[in-house]
Amino acid sequence: MRRTFKAAMGAEVAALALLAGLASAQAGSLKIESWRNDDADIWNSKIIPAFNKHYPDIKIEFAPSAPKEYNAALNARLDGGTAGDLITCRPFDASLALYQKHQLDSVDGIKGMDNFSDVAKAAWQTDDGKTAFCVPIASVIAGFIYNKEAFAKVGVSEPKTLDEFHAVLEKFKKDGTYVPLVMGTADQWEAATMGFQNIGPNFWKGETGRANLIAGKEKFTDPQYIAAFKEIASWAPYLGSGFQAQTYADSQNLFSLGKGAIYAAGSWDISTFRGQAKFAMGAFPPPRPAGTTDCYISDHTDIAMGVNAASKNKEDAKKFLEWLTTPEFATIYANALPGFFPLAKTPVKVEDDVAATMVGWRQTCKSTIRNSYQILSRGTPNLENELWNVSAQVVNGKLTPDAAGKQLQDGLDKWYKPAK
Amino acid sequence: MPESVSNITAQMPRAKLAGLLLFFLGPAVVIYLLFSIYPLVATMALSTYTSDPSGARHFVGPANFETLLGDALWSKPFWNALGNNLIFFAVHMCMQNPIGIALAGLLSLPGLRLKGFYRTVMFLPTMLSVVIVGFSWNLILSPLWGVASGALKAVGLGSLFAPWLGLESSALVTLSLISVWQFVGIPMMLIYAALLNIPEELIDAARVDGLGQFRIFFHIKLPLVLPTISLVSVLTFVANFNAFDLIYSVKGALAGPNFATDILGTFFYRTFFGNQLQLGNPTMGAAVATVMFFIILVGLCLYLFLVQRRIRRYAF
Repeated sequence: MRRTFKAAMGAEVAALALLAGLASAQAGSLKIESWRNDDADIWNSKIIPAFNKHYPDIKIEFAPSAPKEYNAALNARLDGGTAGDLITCRPFDASLALYQKHQLDSVDGIKGMDNFSDVAKAAWQTDDGKTAFCVPIASVIAGFIYNKEAFAKVGVSEPKTLDEFHAVLEKFKKDGTYVPLVMGTADQWEAATMGFQNIGPNFWKGETGRANLIAGKEKFTDPQYIAAFKEIASWAPYLGSGFQAQTYADSQNLFSLGKGAIYAAGSWDISTFRGQAKFAMGAFPPPRPAGTTDCYISDHTDIAMGVNAASKNKEDAKKFLEWLTTPEFATIYANALPGFFPLAKTPVKVEDDVAATMVGWRQTCKSTIRNSYQILSRGTPNLENELWNVSAQVVNGKLTPDAAGKQLQDGLDKWYKPAK
Repeated sequence: MPESVSNITAQMPRAKLAGLLLFFLGPAVVIYLLFSIYPLVATMALSTYTSDPSGARHFVGPANFETLLGDALWSKPFWNALGNNLIFFAVHMCMQNPIGIALAGLLSLPGLRLKGFYRTVMFLPTMLSVVIVGFSWNLILSPLWGVASGALKAVGLGSLFAPWLGLESSALVTLSLISVWQFVGIPMMLIYAALLNIPEELIDAARVDGLGQFRIFFHIKLPLVLPTISLVSVLTFVANFNAFDLIYSVKGALAGPNFATDILGTFFYRTFFGNQLQLGNPTMGAAVATVMFFIILVGLCLYLFLVQRRIRRYAF
């Protein structure tokens, strides 16, 4: 009899504890959905504690998914009503679709949104630019990171033009100590993002070309796009042996082990290399084609954050978003994650030298975003997917630059009718 | 002689019989309906809808299937995926079953030492996660750090090495062979179990008649395990046409290079869940899933009518 009583007491205590636990999980607790699982450590050790200094009562959990599964997982969770309160937003259509499905709230009412330029906000606005639905966090810049020791050993300096670039590659190939250019095509996106979109803006004059593509005034079959494909096709002899099966992780390892000279880079690679590489690194912007003076860089607005429309804790979520617009957050973020550059207007000092170099290109070169991102990847076939495929094939020598341009334009013509 | 079951049920009152059936079959039927039949029917229903940008769904009848099979934009990747799936299946049938039978045959040899050890070692890959298998083989075959090129060089075949996983011509076959390596343990175990079931008297009789191990295997054992082999084949068929994980973990959802490794599973994933900037299209994805279901169904029916009915089981 006494034993039953004790057991009943135990069960009751357990049930109460469980209820208390549930209650505490709801009041002042936020969950962040993100694809940046590499950064979990930084969110937990730096960003969230900094926020908690201002709002000690709001508990925040950073719950990332794997990058390539993020969109799928997030959409499934949003549809099923189990998604977190704060949603990290991919740029353009992926997030726009969430807003149109009423799964993201407008962030126009948030104080501090005027701390972002129109270009910074463009990736997370409705097409008419009237409503913003995510608070911009960071952009990434493409370029080339190089091994300073290798450059000193072979006796070359940063190339400014494509001719100089090829001369440097040729010198490394003759020397034979290093893989001249580190990039693989196994994952396909490297060839598109760090190849075509990296070197290309100089050919199509950045935003001018991008806007013309959307307006239908330029086509992928035009000489400037074919020239960009010809350029990446010419890289094949300088890539590592068996580059067709070299994955992104392979490329990162190859370079950070000091076996490669130049790495076709996104600024997001910097933090990885800082943790692994033991040599001094430098960075140079995409070399210019002969006869051009202006330079353009791919400065791609990449990360933002919005509020799940179905969140039960929107008040606290908005407080967090408001904090994201402050210089304090920008400074922490830029220095905790060198290579992710804040989009706020207030200037931020970047400590990391390679990251500072890359963000410094903004002073001399004109920024543009990847031309497949806005509007042009809305239909089937999806331009971004097509671009991955044809860029990899061009580098692999399986598709001529002309055929690549034709395939992209044919795919676009199937569904995209620009307003004329 | 005990009374046969059908006699007992025939004499039972109707209500009691119904209660008995409900008691024994009910739980299984409920679970099966809830987790197998309902999702299947719901998927088929979903495939007859389309969704607009606001997320609302509209009934369109068979339009999704007409697009999938009639519009070159969809039918080209679909047939490509189906073709690749057939190659994937063919490699499994040509490699996995013969190797499984051979290994089982060797394991069942009388007097073989360390049997348990071999059995475990050969079954081990089957228990590994596909992601680990994909990752390891990616490393082994990597032209940068893989041991494959070094191993080939060591035996003087270095010139044969190529970045197999990265070439259009070899990526699919390489992936199929990785999958064979992983799952060869299953046919091996099933066939091994069937071989152990063969009565000793039969083997002894054959030996008395003067047959060697090799002929005993081909003339006595192999015909007796044929039903098991056909069972393994049909399991392989279903697994192969549902395959997805290995390709996805090694090549990603775009199944490169140039869709050379795209199979129905990855095609479905891209359609249903989307990829990078491509948004998922659940209704079209449901259409792909439905077509996959019917392909597997037709394959199974062909098997049941053409093969299963002709298999004779030997009663010992």
